[in-house]
Formats: sequence, C-alpha cells, structure tokens
Amino acid sequence: MNSRKDIIQLKNISFSYPGLNKRILNSLDLEINRGEKIGMMAPNGSGKTTLLHTIMGLCRPDSGTIEIFGNKLEQEKDFVPIRSKIGLLFQDSDDQLFCPTVLEDVTFGPLNLGLSRNDAVIIAKKTLQKLGMQDFEQSITHYMSGGQKRLVALATILAMEPEILLLDEPTAGLDNKVKGKLIDILNGLDITFLVISHEFDFVQAVTDKIYSMENGTVLTDEQFHIHRHEHVHKHGRHPHVHK
Amino acid sequence: MTEEKFISGNSFIHKLDPKARILASIVLSFAAALCNHIFIAVCYLTISFVLLAMAKLNARDILARIKPVFWFLLMIWILLPITFEGAALYQFYGLKISSAGVMLCLKITVKSITILLLFTALVATMSIGCLGNTLHKLYVPDKMVFLILMSYRYIAVIEEEYLKLLRAAKFRGFSPGTNLHSYKTFAYLAGMLFVRASLRAKRVHQAMLCRGFKNKFYTIDVFYAGKSNWIFLTCVLFAGSTLVIVENIWI
Repeated sequence: MNSRKDIIQLKNISFSYPGLNKRILNSLDLEINRGEKIGMMAPNGSGKTTLLHTIMGLCRPDSGTIEIFGNKLEQEKDFVPIRSKIGLLFQDSDDQLFCPTVLEDVTFGPLNLGLSRNDAVIIAKKTLQKLGMQDFEQSITHYMSGGQKRLVALATILAMEPEILLLDEPTAGLDNKVKGKLIDILNGLDITFLVISHEFDFVQAVTDKIYSMENGTVLTDEQFHIHRHEHVHKHGRHPHVHK
Repeated sequence: MTEEKFISGNSFIHKLDPKARILASIVLSFAAALCNHIFIAVCYLTISFVLLAMAKLNARDILARIKPVFWFLLMIWILLPITFEGAALYQFYGLKISSAGVMLCLKITVKSITILLLFTALVATMSIGCLGNTLHKLYVPDKMVFLILMSYRYIAVIEEEYLKLLRAAKFRGFSPGTNLHSYKTFAYLAGMLFVRASLRAKRVHQAMLCRGFKNKFYTIDVFYAGKSNWIFLTCVLFAGSTLVIVENIWI
C-alpha cells in the first residue's frame, strides 16, 4: 500500500463491553512496524482477542484513535479497504471456513477483492500449494481434522496477500506435528505479524519480541521479560517436589 | 449427518449441467404432483426409474434413502381407507374400506415415491455447494442461497455442539425420563444451543467481513452448456407435456 514504517498505531484506546463495568482495554497504546514479528503472551481474559478485533474494526473503541497505514479509521467504511491488507486468523477455524469446499473458501477473499474467477483460482491453488494443502482443494471443510482446518484457514487469509497477519492462538488444539509445520510456514513468510499464544516454545520460535497485556494495556519487552527457567537436579530421575 | 452418497459418479446425469437437472426435476415433480389419473402417475414413476437407471445409483442406497417416506405412507394406508367416504370395497363388521380411499392412497404413494426418486436422480447427484451455486444462477435470491449453504456448512457444527452439551449432562448423571427435570434440562440444552449458534453466527459474519464480504456471492464453478443439456431438457419437457396433453384429452 505504501512504504511507511509503522503499519498499526493505536493510541489511548479504551473499550468495554456493553453492560460490563470492567474496561477490557484501558488507555492502550500499541505500535506495530513493518517487518516486526511480535508475540503476545498474556492470561485469559486480558483482552488479547478484543485488541485484535479492535484493529480490524470489529469492536469499536469507546475512545482513542486507530491509525493503520497512516489513515485514521473511525467508521465501518474506513475499515473495509484495510481489512484485506490485514489477515486475522480466528481462534476457531470453524468460524472462518464457511464455504462447502476448501477451494471455494480460499477463493472467497480474492473474489471479494474483485479478481476474476481464473485469477482467484490460480492464487488459491498457489497458496494451498505453499502450505502443502494442494491435495485438499475439493475436500469438504467440515470433514477435515483440526490441524487441516487451521492450515486452510491460514490459506484463506494468505490468499488475500495481506501486509500483516494477526494470529489468535494459532496453535490451540494442535498436535506437535502441525505446530512444527506452522512454525516452518511462519518463519518462511516475509511478513509482519502479531501472534497471540500461550505457548512459550511456539512464540519463541517464530517471533523477535514478546509483549504481554495487563490491566487492559500492552506491556512491551522493556517492561517485562518472560524466560524459561532450566535447571539441573541432583535427584536424577527420582520424583521430587518443587517448593 | 450430512451424507452425500450419490454425488460421486460418472454417469450421463452426473455430467449434465446442474441447471438443466434442477429445471427438469422441478418441471417433472410439479407435473407428477398435479396429475389426476393413476395411469399418468405411474408413467411419471417410470420416468423417474429411467432417470435413476441413467444416474447408475446403487439400489440399496436409494432404498435406504427413501425409507422414512415409507413410514409416512404406512400411516396413510392405515388411516385413509377406513376414514374416506365412498363405496365400500370391503366390509368387515363395522369397518368399511372405501375404494376411493384406497385409490387416493395409491396415488399418494406413487406420486411421493416418484418425486423423491426424481430428486434423488437429478438433485442428490450434485454437491450442496453446486446446488447453491446453481440456484444462484437460476436467480434464486442471494439470501435464500446463503441460507442453504450456511445451514449445510454449520448443521454439523451445531449438531456437534448439541452432542457435546448432551454428553456433558450425561457425564453428570443425567438420564432422560418423563419428568420435569428432564424437560427442563432439554430446554436448557436447546436454549444454550441457540445462544451458541447465534454467537457463532456473529463470529462467522466477522470472519466474512474480514475477508472483504460485500453481501455478494461469487462462485468458481464452471459448467459448459453442451448439446446434451438441451437434448435432455427437450426430452423431459416433451415427455411432461405429452403426459399432460394425454391426460387432458384422452382420459
């Protein structure tokens, strides 16, 4: 779209769900720059998903400004053109895959962007091939396994050729094999992304920096540090208790 | 839950343009439903058998598919002959079996099986996705097409959620019976299902918005209009109209 350094800038964003007193997002600031690969690890209910939905314009904040690609976004119509440039992977793939077959699902986005049927099919096939899912083109979505659905969901987003990916717990419910595949795919992409996850190994494998959330705001690398603690036991293989 | 047993095939019917198949099934089923004479109804039944044979479907699968309709027909055969007015075909003490009732049962049986077989041969041989796209091409309103496609996609998901809830209830010792507690539990389950379905609908809509959905439906299926489609449609229309003319003039 343009070559600005910052892709997403959230300033002073506050959001609370109607009828609830608690502010899910509280004067939140966040900046995502081109090329950054950010991991987000925070407890359940800390507002991570709400944050992603706010960026996409699916939740409208009570106050604050959203600037994406240098444009200030306020109304639904402002968000429509940028949604194709930001790929959001939903927590539950069943929410994201709504067409009868895989190929139809992957072409849904490109067709909405105004591509011709042929071009959409070519892009879809190429994307599925890149993810190693080319054999599933004609598969019926709801017969697929959780891991296959996740990869197809990722394909539906990548087919729109976004400039940034927002991934909402992409590894939830996946086995190690699919997780490994996802790590390879993400590391092979030359794209900016923000990934929410509870899995330290996964986040560490695909991101450059890790943020967290607390009391409705984002904590950046400088403010905290997550690290894994490894130690040696003199007890060997005998069971023991940590105190 | 959603079986598509008949969609894989390589017969003449499978290769026809879905548009031609849907139009033919609509024309023939209306004509069969509206005919009055049992002889004509049997003719339509014969046509449906011919189409089934052309689609090369497994007879046992077809029987399994239309089994539910036999229960409905059985009920009619028990009730209609003894309740219908008219000349008695057979009298057993107070019980009178009317010949008009038997005739009506026969007609209902032949017609319902005919229509079911027609749809099995012509419509069940295409995938639901293909059906949706074809209806779209036949100018069925977008909303209706979406309804079909979305129900098809999410009915399995909703069933899964229902089974999950039911399992959770059973694991906590719930055994359904004829009592208020059971009714209440099922009401809760149904209510929860509605809540979950509407939340899911919201999330699916969000996902569609994220992928640039503008209330317009695109399709990637391409079917080539070949000569066989026209020949097929002409044959069907010819057979249908001949039967209508025969019924109105000679019978």
